[in-house]
Amino acid sequence: MSDRSKTFALHGGVLALLFALQFVLPAYHHGNLARIMVLASFAVGYNVMFGYTGLLSLGHALFFAAGMYGMGLAVHYGGAGPVVALLAGLVAAIAVSLLVGLLALRTAGVGFMIVTLMFAQAGYLTVLYFTTYTRGDEGLVLQQAQRMLGSLDLSQPGPRYFAALGLFAVCMLAVLWMVRAPFGKVLIAIRENEERARMLGYDVFRYKLAAVVISGTICGLAGAAYGLLFGYVGATFASVQYSIFPLLWVLLGGAGTVLGPFIGALFMFYLIDLSSSVTSAYMLVAGVALVLLTLFAPQGLVGELRERVWRWLP
Amino acid sequence: MSLLSTRGLSKSFAGLQAVQGVDFDLPEGEVRALIGPNGAGKTTFVGLLCGRIAPTSGQVFFDVRDISHLPAHKRIGLGMAYTFQITSVFARLSLFENVALAARRRLHGTAEVEAAVMDALGKVGLTEDPERAAGDLSYGHQRLLEIAMGLVQAPRLLILDEPTQGLSDAEIAGFKGLIRELAASTTILLIEHNMSVVMEVADRVTVLNFGEVLAEGTPEEMHANADVQAAYLGTG
Repeated sequence: MSDRSKTFALHGGVLALLFALQFVLPAYHHGNLARIMVLASFAVGYNVMFGYTGLLSLGHALFFAAGMYGMGLAVHYGGAGPVVALLAGLVAAIAVSLLVGLLALRTAGVGFMIVTLMFAQAGYLTVLYFTTYTRGDEGLVLQQAQRMLGSLDLSQPGPRYFAALGLFAVCMLAVLWMVRAPFGKVLIAIRENEERARMLGYDVFRYKLAAVVISGTICGLAGAAYGLLFGYVGATFASVQYSIFPLLWVLLGGAGTVLGPFIGALFMFYLIDLSSSVTSAYMLVAGVALVLLTLFAPQGLVGELRERVWRWLP
Repeated sequence: MSLLSTRGLSKSFAGLQAVQGVDFDLPEGEVRALIGPNGAGKTTFVGLLCGRIAPTSGQVFFDVRDISHLPAHKRIGLGMAYTFQITSVFARLSLFENVALAARRRLHGTAEVEAAVMDALGKVGLTEDPERAAGDLSYGHQRLLEIAMGLVQAPRLLILDEPTQGLSDAEIAGFKGLIRELAASTTILLIEHNMSVVMEVADRVTVLNFGEVLAEGTPEEMHANADVQAAYLGTG
């Protein structure tokens, strides 16, 4: 098999497996997996910047929350249906990521990390400042009637799983296509050696800006979908915790791999889930697992797999 | 007619005059060697030409147009190609992808890019395993890969910064042949320490010393020039 057909077989296989799992999983894991797929879409978006372009952002909660609040406010105050609300979330995420990209990309390295962190904190504080509209920490609860997509009730497990899978498939396949296309190769070139890419005639700033907007848009879409599928829009999702999560998921799963974000989100979710049923010190377990992975699998789970077995993994 | 010229080009780093007041003209179709002792400002000078470094003062003209204020990627877009002195390939990408990244600036379509890449790799003799990671190559072969990345851009002006450093004698001989072949279609500016390369491939030689043009002429004239010898031997 050529690398191309192997790539399509593997990623198609994962999606087919996720599709089949909904019929066999018990209710608890069924619900978990739906949530993981939405969070994995968030991580897929993060990976575009961090894994493929080499831009380490500490402020992606801002994009997740921009999509979520764009959607939630449109539903709550505009009476919008799910489709229009998702679009509102997308527009919000695009606008915010464009603005953040234009300003933050004037810096690099540690400066970029700090500027993105500050923007995300400013976003979080903005949500709290406008408590009258956002309900702050308490958040907005979306009613079942507001989550009807035609006759599909997105608050029910079946349609919710299906929608989450659809979202994840779209995000993952879009990124898979992107990294195999010339555009994606330029992003990788910038990650590997920015000065060389510039001296081949590429406008590095524009490519990086495009990466920020694509990343922010996918993360915003994930945020909007999360709010819609789980019926809650709250300030927690704009907090620094949600900037760190995607970084951890991507690091664990493998930065710069198409499947890594999903594997990382899955792994971390169940690590915390399982350990918290055993001990109240579950964050300690998560911490130790992270340290061990960093020591023994610095490329992340899928990254190590690529390093040792499947060289062709995109 | 000059493809590239500079007028009063200067650059100082915190008080150190790396390049001062250089007036330089490179006619289209010429192979020009830029030589000079270590620290003479050669790399800084070509950095100013292709926009990696901003000048303190002075102007750069490419094909009559004043490009002094164009950013580097736009200058490359006008038809300059630059190869780095310190090998600067994309180490974790394949040989093929390294050259393809350079080719896609000008070519579109998978088949076209592939043909151009294989052609460029063939010219430098690196066709053996194009899917190998560039970082796995020996230093000399990475230099050759750099040259292939320059060639595939089919530039009007090819700037090579010490291309033969680290190459074996056989590879240097191959390189000389390659430059002679290219000279028919491309203007070439090369920084070079290897005098046999300079004597054999350059039409003319410019000697830089302390950031200034010390002398300019044919390789034979420069070889015989007392000032040049003094600069190199440090007895000036």
